[in-house]
Amino acid sequence: MANVTAFLTRTRGRGRLHWTDWASYAYLALGVFLMFGPVIWLVVSSFKTQAELDRFPPRFLPYAPETVQLDGHAEPLPLFRVTDGPLAGETVAQVRRIGLTSQVVRPEAPGEVVKINRADRVPVERVKPALENYRTLFERFDFMRYFWNSTFITLTATAITLLVNSMAAFALAKYEFRGRGAVVALVIGVLMVPQSVVLVPLFMVTREFGMLDSPWGVIIPGAATPTGVFLLRQYMLTIPDEILDAARMDKASEWKIFWRIVLPLSAPAIAVLAILSIMWRWNDFLWPLIALSRSENYTLQLALNSFQGEMRTEWSSLLAMTVLTLLPVALVFAFLQKYIATGIASTGGK
Amino acid sequence: MTTAGEQTPHISRRTARLELRNVTKSFGKAEVIRGVDLTVEQGEFCVFVGPSGCGKSTLLRMISGLENVTAGEIRIGGDVVNDVPAAERGLAMVFQSYALYPHMSVRQNLSFGLENLRTPRGQIAETVEEVAAMLQIDMLLDRRPKDLSGGQRQRVAIGRAVVREPRIFLFDEPLSNLDAELRVEMRGEISRLHARLGNTMVYVTHDQVEAMTMADRIVVLRDGQVEQVGAPLELYNSPANLFVAGFIGSPRMNFLTGRVEAGRLRLDNGQMVDVPHGKFSLEDGAAVTLGVRPNHLIPVAETVSGLHATVRGIEQLGGDSYVHAVTAAGEAVSLHRPGQTDLTVGAEVYLEPDPDQLHLFDTATGRALRADPARDSSAEKS
Amino acid sequence: MLLRLISPLMNVVDLPMRALQRRLGISRLAWVFLLPNLLLFGTFAFLPILLNFAYAFTGTDNILLLDRTFVGAENFAQLLDCDSYLDPNTCARDLFWRAVHNTAWFIVMQVGFMVGFSLLTALVLNREIKARGFFRAVFFFPVLLSPVVVALVWKWVLQRNGILNAGLEAVGMDSVVWLLDRHWAFFWSVFLSVWAHMGFYTLILLAGLQAIPRDVYEAAVMDAAGPWRTFRRITLPLLMPTMLVVMVLALIKGVQTFDEIYAFTGGGPGSATTFIIQYIYETGFGGAPRLFGPAAAASLLLALLLVALTVIQLWITRRSSNG
Repeated sequence: MANVTAFLTRTRGRGRLHWTDWASYAYLALGVFLMFGPVIWLVVSSFKTQAELDRFPPRFLPYAPETVQLDGHAEPLPLFRVTDGPLAGETVAQVRRIGLTSQVVRPEAPGEVVKINRADRVPVERVKPALENYRTLFERFDFMRYFWNSTFITLTATAITLLVNSMAAFALAKYEFRGRGAVVALVIGVLMVPQSVVLVPLFMVTREFGMLDSPWGVIIPGAATPTGVFLLRQYMLTIPDEILDAARMDKASEWKIFWRIVLPLSAPAIAVLAILSIMWRWNDFLWPLIALSRSENYTLQLALNSFQGEMRTEWSSLLAMTVLTLLPVALVFAFLQKYIATGIASTGGK
Repeated sequence: MTTAGEQTPHISRRTARLELRNVTKSFGKAEVIRGVDLTVEQGEFCVFVGPSGCGKSTLLRMISGLENVTAGEIRIGGDVVNDVPAAERGLAMVFQSYALYPHMSVRQNLSFGLENLRTPRGQIAETVEEVAAMLQIDMLLDRRPKDLSGGQRQRVAIGRAVVREPRIFLFDEPLSNLDAELRVEMRGEISRLHARLGNTMVYVTHDQVEAMTMADRIVVLRDGQVEQVGAPLELYNSPANLFVAGFIGSPRMNFLTGRVEAGRLRLDNGQMVDVPHGKFSLEDGAAVTLGVRPNHLIPVAETVSGLHATVRGIEQLGGDSYVHAVTAAGEAVSLHRPGQTDLTVGAEVYLEPDPDQLHLFDTATGRALRADPARDSSAEKS
Repeated sequence: MLLRLISPLMNVVDLPMRALQRRLGISRLAWVFLLPNLLLFGTFAFLPILLNFAYAFTGTDNILLLDRTFVGAENFAQLLDCDSYLDPNTCARDLFWRAVHNTAWFIVMQVGFMVGFSLLTALVLNREIKARGFFRAVFFFPVLLSPVVVALVWKWVLQRNGILNAGLEAVGMDSVVWLLDRHWAFFWSVFLSVWAHMGFYTLILLAGLQAIPRDVYEAAVMDAAGPWRTFRRITLPLLMPTMLVVMVLALIKGVQTFDEIYAFTGGGPGSATTFIIQYIYETGFGGAPRLFGPAAAASLLLALLLVALTVIQLWITRRSSNG
């Protein structure tokens, strides 16, 4: 025990923990509670039945009443433990409830109905995740369609972004040509004015291209990201020109130099941009909200948002859908945490 | 290592003559190469040497086709190649940083160029194996460049050039990233490679030792201009000007300024030096610079014509000694003696230049002063 | 792996590119590489910026520019028509000014809390603590959640029968209908926004802290500086450039706040949490009539603000990188 305390209170170099160390750990503990707590609460809640969700005060874990299938009864009957009266201490199955009395049977004698006071029994429950919340999503709501819309938009847009941005970055990093300064200035200029302040004309342009209310209307307008061009260009600048010259001496065409030499060597930066692009697209909200109008074209985010409007009180499906929407992000994060963190820090956000 | 005459069935020997005619390069208004004329003969090992910024690498890149030519003409094997892209000039280049493709294995590095030439796969494999064996990198073929030592990377870079069977090899300071010991080893190896393949090679370096040891012919460049072209010893023995004299040879040649006085030389420190008659064409009163290499200065007992100097520093290497001294006029002189010396710091020495090894330069133009052969012989007769 | 899959495709592209290279030469080939990006860029980023002016100075609810009538500065005049800019009720477009006021208050509070908490978190994470990677991830992961998910997570916590109210009742207090009270709704909007984004700023500040050389601190120890003095005289001044960048970035993002608040409160109750972007969205796209002119005019005003902020940011970054 003393060893454990010693281990926990050990700091690198200095002997005992200073009060500031305690304060730090207290702050971090509070942080974990505030950051993780709500999300975990949401995930746990998504496994509760609607009845359980309506309960106040709520319980942490999802409970469901224990039931039993008895002869002579078509439906499974809920089990109760009797707290008072002649049957006190026994477990009984409730057949029906009338006013303040409840008609029960003992599982050993399913034919013999006994009336007891409602106040004299408590339900028998056990922890049981309500998976039907999730099942409903697939059966009643067209979850797969939204999931597919989001996936298609995310992957296609990311592929286009990577190709188009890396080509532009290559030109800006590795060629000297007249007008390069102007292009770089243009890219910086557009960087300053985000999509969210040109919604009206962007809507018109997208409409003129006939891409409104189609996945392409979401994919194409955001494909040439200035951030992506900058990120890749900065990385490509670090590739020595001598390598490109060597490839030219090896009779590689410029296009071949691009995709056989420069692209593979920029893999770390490309990976960062790919992850960023996937995140942006998967979570994108404002532009799809404007560009997509028929609900069959909705992305997951839009569907989720419109459901929360339609199903104000039907939290059971809404919570399950929220969990499924955040799941891919959580998985990506769990595996690629380091990449994402450095990537986002290096671009300074969007 | 490799010796000439081994069987290399898959590498054909191609070679070509390289001619530069008034080749000029400018970046905007800055002229970095000013009218270079040069012919590198077929099979010759030609070294471009000069201080950094002299344009030697630019000139090499112009030959390679990676840099275009502002004016003048480059001919390879007789054909003007000014407008031929780099890849089609039939050259190969070894870069200073090696420029290996970091994401490819050694084998892929060697075969990339051949694939681009659409060489059949089987032939690529054979050529790569053969070159790898020749350069002793055959056991490294599946490694990535980052897993190789400096010397091994250097060999791969050379190998990548060799597989291309170029008419001319271009080397851009290939040894500058290696440590001293490896550099000596690789010097020998590149020389042997030349002996074996017999291609024309153009080699750029700032290191005059590399130039002296490897070259058939050295081209000394300064400020984008050719200062002198010649065989190594030719440059050492009869430098055309002050710059070449100072650049070739280590330690540097000593320079002392003075004036011609009645066929003799009066140095600025007041001392007189005898100059062999007939070897130089001298005019009375001309400002000249005397050049004498450190190993041609001999300490002597006090004489009339000797140089008087005070020892300021001594480097004893065991086999050789270097003595750094200062003349009465404050000019630094160094001398190189074989063996060990018993001179000490602060000692006064008298130095006699070897009269047969004197160099005289016109102080104003820097040009070497030599009697032209006609006047030379007439002077002897008189 | 992926490269191997697309390599046949790339080989096909090689043929026309080779031909172009021959025709154009290497330096003009650069434009071929730039072309796809520039086309997309020009059409969907640059052109809209220009067109925005056209919309801002024209009227009617028609989207086609040709069918719109020129109204001069009418749209701006309406937006800016106020007896007192401090009181939205005196304005012709009172909702716009309410959104402006809300946004202003929002960014003041949000940037303040954001920078404060990010700095505190970064300082703690920069200490010699165990499991630093884990704690960093804990603070960072909400950055990746989608705005709608963030909104729903907190809506679920804050709902009438939610866990927060249960907690309050458990300690003997009354439950609150959080999102139907304008002050609480505003507070939770700020809170949610800080919760969702502080990980990003923490990361930047942490990088800034780690860029301060160790030997500076060692020198401070040799000079017998206490922890507080070290923080005030060494850490804070050396971190100042990063702090400024973080502040301006938070400001730029704060001005554009929309997604998560829209999903969280819908801008309500009333218009208590309606911000500028939501105003633009609802004016232009919310329903009939679609007032594109005022929406574009408001966008233009917002864009000017953003350009000014970005210029400040670039200036700070440049100045600090020049040393």
